[in-house]
Amino acid sequence: MMTSLTAIPPEAARKSQAETSPKLVVKNLNFHYGKFAALKNVNLEIPDRRVTAFIGPSGCGKSTLLRTFNRMYELYPGQKADGEIILDGVNILDSRQDLNRLRAKVGMVFQKPTPFPMSIFDNIAFGVRLYERLSTHEMNDRVEWALRKAALWGEVKDKLKQSGNSLSGGQQQRLCIARAIAVKPEVVLLDEPASALDPISTAHIEELIHELKEDYTIVIVTHNMQQAARVSDFTAYMYLGELIEFGNTNNIFTTPKQKATEDYITGKFG
Amino acid sequence: MLSLYTRRRLFNAFNLFVSFLTMAIGLFWLGWILWTLLRFGFGGISIKMFTEMTPPPGSDGGLLNALFGSLLMTVMATLIGTPVGIMAGIYLAEFGKGNWIASITRFINDILLSAPSIVIGLFVYEVYVVLIGHFSGWAGSLALSLIVIPVVVRTTENMLRLVPDTQREAAAALGAPQWRVISSVTLRAARAGVLTGLLLAVARIAGETAPLLFTALNNQFWSANMNAPMANLPVVIFQFAMSPYDDWHKLAWAGALLITFGVLGLNILARVVFRQRNILA
Amino acid sequence: MLRAQSNADSLSLGGIQAAGPIGRCIMSRTISDSTLKRQYLLDRLFRGATLMFAFLVLALLAGIIATLLIGAWPSIKTFGFGFFISSEWNPVTQKFGALVPIVGTLVTSTIALLIGIPVSFGIALFITELSPRWLKRPLGIAIELLAGIPSIIYGMWGLFVFAPFFGDHIEPWIDQHLGSVPGLGIFFQGPPLGIGMLTAGIILAIMVIPFIASVMRDVFEIVPHVLKESAYGLGCTTWEVVWRLVLPYTKTGVIGGIMLGLGRALGETMAVTFVIGNAHELNASLLMTGNTISSALANEFTEAVGDLYFSALIELGLILFIITFIVLALSKLLLQQLSRREGRPS
Repeated sequence: MMTSLTAIPPEAARKSQAETSPKLVVKNLNFHYGKFAALKNVNLEIPDRRVTAFIGPSGCGKSTLLRTFNRMYELYPGQKADGEIILDGVNILDSRQDLNRLRAKVGMVFQKPTPFPMSIFDNIAFGVRLYERLSTHEMNDRVEWALRKAALWGEVKDKLKQSGNSLSGGQQQRLCIARAIAVKPEVVLLDEPASALDPISTAHIEELIHELKEDYTIVIVTHNMQQAARVSDFTAYMYLGELIEFGNTNNIFTTPKQKATEDYITGKFG
Repeated sequence: MLSLYTRRRLFNAFNLFVSFLTMAIGLFWLGWILWTLLRFGFGGISIKMFTEMTPPPGSDGGLLNALFGSLLMTVMATLIGTPVGIMAGIYLAEFGKGNWIASITRFINDILLSAPSIVIGLFVYEVYVVLIGHFSGWAGSLALSLIVIPVVVRTTENMLRLVPDTQREAAAALGAPQWRVISSVTLRAARAGVLTGLLLAVARIAGETAPLLFTALNNQFWSANMNAPMANLPVVIFQFAMSPYDDWHKLAWAGALLITFGVLGLNILARVVFRQRNILA
Repeated sequence: MLRAQSNADSLSLGGIQAAGPIGRCIMSRTISDSTLKRQYLLDRLFRGATLMFAFLVLALLAGIIATLLIGAWPSIKTFGFGFFISSEWNPVTQKFGALVPIVGTLVTSTIALLIGIPVSFGIALFITELSPRWLKRPLGIAIELLAGIPSIIYGMWGLFVFAPFFGDHIEPWIDQHLGSVPGLGIFFQGPPLGIGMLTAGIILAIMVIPFIASVMRDVFEIVPHVLKESAYGLGCTTWEVVWRLVLPYTKTGVIGGIMLGLGRALGETMAVTFVIGNAHELNASLLMTGNTISSALANEFTEAVGDLYFSALIELGLILFIITFIVLALSKLLLQQLSRREGRPS
């Protein structure tokens, strides 16, 4: 426990205390799977270009909350969100909001690596081609840029034509991160991105998160509290569909205001 | 008097022996049929089969026009049936979650899958042959394509369902519209399975006779005109086998050998394709 | 903690230096409304197109029924219900009744099932319980290949190989031994022709075995291992496990598989046409020739003259379609029921 606390880089802690404008504002959000209420009146402000972590026991609604930010739930019938989520001044839950535009702006990386059944190059280019017409040269540059950004370029630059499935699990996950940032999103959602990976790959992903927050607003769901403490600037603790506590990661882990949060992070339950 | 335990043991052994026998009977039949085809058909296989037309009774000839007609109609039927089947399969797998149109379509499709093929022939006769007034290669292709469609619908749907939802989510998360998600990602992930289904469909129609009797009928001469009656292997085999002429019998057996091993080869190929791609993916 | 520090260092060597500055300047990417609108329209179009093709499948069924109904109408109007109970089939006097082919179809299919069910069960039992692991797949494929052989080949084999063998060696024995059994005898009396209802039924049995056996094999394999193991643990023999546990557990699926086989047998055309003898007469003896709906169609349709003759044949097709439709629908419902039960956590 203690080691993870000291792992927060001091400068990150400093930055998080500074005033940051919110990128996403969640107001009175309720979410239902059929009749089951998975989120109950959640209110939250996600700061721009910071890492915000959602923690809590399984089934607490942290992934559900994350999936409202790009309305991924709309792929499935019977799932419904009410309330407001304001991204850059626009309510994205508004039915007039174009889903594809929203998702091009809010990227997502999943728990298990999801390489598409195509080459490494095409995996990255797929998303770019959707909304941009690039020359071959520009596309090559973009793919290289994304792979560099995901710290994968060195490992794959000689085998861009190979199938994305030929990479190791950790590499596949970084490929998915590269794919997500290649389309220049503003927000990147990470849904337990390292839970299926070995410790070394996990460390790679965590470094990446540090680097990416220079440019992107990052929201990460994790069941691993040490990870939340290591990578995030802000932490939200959720329980049974409710947001129990939200604040500076340092404060949440050292001086939680709620008894429930304290119980969870000190391992009394969960 | 045997003890209960011994009786149970003996009864078990006897039943398992019978089970072994039924397996042997199944294999014996397969072997018997294949052996018959080789015995009667092998002698008839010659280069003439592929270079000459079907002969009138009592003279020499080959099966060229019938082979060509079968090939042409099978290809056409596959070309017509595949897109229809794939599109309908996509609807069932991707858009039809918990929707009654999809449930009914799935049910009906499964019934059409096993519907008597002769009825399909009757249907095409009534709606197409009667309309244009004569038998034709197109009518034959149409009848065969109606047999292809349910097979392709079924395999496309099943294979798309095997693609994990995370693939759909990952593509959608990039802002891809649904048609791109399906065409570039899910259908692509399912392509080995869809191809397998297609091969099985081709294997099925390559040997179909009943639906061709009332549609393509037959043609003793070379014809590449899809608007005219068209020769085809199954109907030629039927006609020749039912005839009293020895020359025709010989050709029928040779044709039967060819068609059976072609169809069985396709069946095996389909399984090989499916296994290999699955291991690679 | 240490690791995090050193990792950050190594990273700044790789990605960031090159990417950082470019990163920010292309940050805001605008997507034009027209692109989105086009994508939206394409999506609608695509969905609509797939829906249209799904409807096509429905329309196909409706089309088949409607077409056959229209084609059969003159016959339905002329003969009414009498069509089902009359055994007369006379193109010269224009009197048609479907009793002979309907009975032929039902009798040959029944024979096929009587032989096919136990044999399929034995095969499925062998493959799931007795066969060594390495042999399961090849055996499964062999049985499926039996299903892949075109029906016309079964017909030829039946006519030229099986029927002579059957007529020379088996039928005389049947006539002699079973034909003299009181009561049952009338079904087994007659000249050893080789061809006939019994021959057709046996060949149909061979054809439906692969279908029934592979469904049975599939449903047997879904029986949870713990269930079987606990029965073996009580000291059950293999046969007892299969007969008392596996079979009851998979009952609906097995019946579904049998119905599927029945659907195939009812509609099978070519194999039957070769060996049934195509005689429009009603015989009690299974050794005699007969006719089925599908073989009557195959033989007579292209040579039929006169509207009423045509119409009567189409009505036969309609009857066949409706019978198989009901059988296959039942099969599908039963198989669905099993898989639904399977999906339910218990």
